[in-house]
Amino acid sequence: MAVRVALLALLLAAAAPAPPPVDPALGRTPLADPAAEAQAMRLMHELRCLTCQNQSIADSNAEQAEAMRALVRSRIAAGESPEAVRADLIARYGDWVSFRPPARPDTLALWAVPALALLVGGLVVRRLFR
Amino acid sequence: MSPARLLPLLALAALGLFLAANLGRPQQATIRSAMVGKPVPAFALPGLGDRPGLASTDLGGGEGPVLVNFFASWCLPCRVEAPQLKALADAGIPIHGIALRDSPEDIRAFLARHGDPFRRIGLDRDGQAAIAFGSSGVPETFLVDGRGVIRLQHQGEIRPEQVAEILREARRWR
Repeated sequence: MAVRVALLALLLAAAAPAPPPVDPALGRTPLADPAAEAQAMRLMHELRCLTCQNQSIADSNAEQAEAMRALVRSRIAAGESPEAVRADLIARYGDWVSFRPPARPDTLALWAVPALALLVGGLVVRRLFR
Repeated sequence: MSPARLLPLLALAALGLFLAANLGRPQQATIRSAMVGKPVPAFALPGLGDRPGLASTDLGGGEGPVLVNFFASWCLPCRVEAPQLKALADAGIPIHGIALRDSPEDIRAFLARHGDPFRRIGLDRDGQAAIAFGSSGVPETFLVDGRGVIRLQHQGEIRPEQVAEILREARRWR
């Protein structure tokens, strides 16, 4: 019975994983491990600040950006991949929070227009110089 | 010149006009939380002195819908909103508060001055609970149903004319 209860508790814990604790100081201080800090930095340059929009959380002085930097560094230090952290923030704020738009059927136009423009431009140039 | 040859020029002019109209305007979009429709995120916040704090396990325990109000003593619209929160609490909807980046002394002074409609208050000192909710500022109010699912996000202060609508939504998710 005790084993069953323990198993059930384990199962419940697995179903709703508690987020790893966030060290608030990491919003202002880099990680000690240079490789992990580089990973975190690359991601922070691609995440958008909520209060000072169009700035990345790496560049912004806003308090919420600091909190997000602390979250990114804490999670990466805990061994999470940058893409998992990005996905988690997108789950909270939507695609808007990431500067890297996802490739999905509803974002097809976004990805197709540059290629299309290049194609049309190429055709025009070919006609001009023939 | 034939109309067909004029077409690229017109397209370019349209593009120019579009860019001129939009690039000069700073973009400040309201970012909605993507957590609406999802269960409340896991969190556990300490309380104010000997008052109980607020944790995700306090929400959705089968009792009716509750409001979770993000506020701060340094937030001016939060003062404007205080009478509306009182009206909602008086109408029978439990309200829990999450104080964002605030000190216990300042929160106490704010509650003494503007009223205290909160059942529980959690102290979100470093703003991680706000991120977990997908919140982007104060004041912000989330409606959580009896099963612990976030049903509504109200951004900015609740104005007097919006109280009835929030009551309606709360009854809908009973």
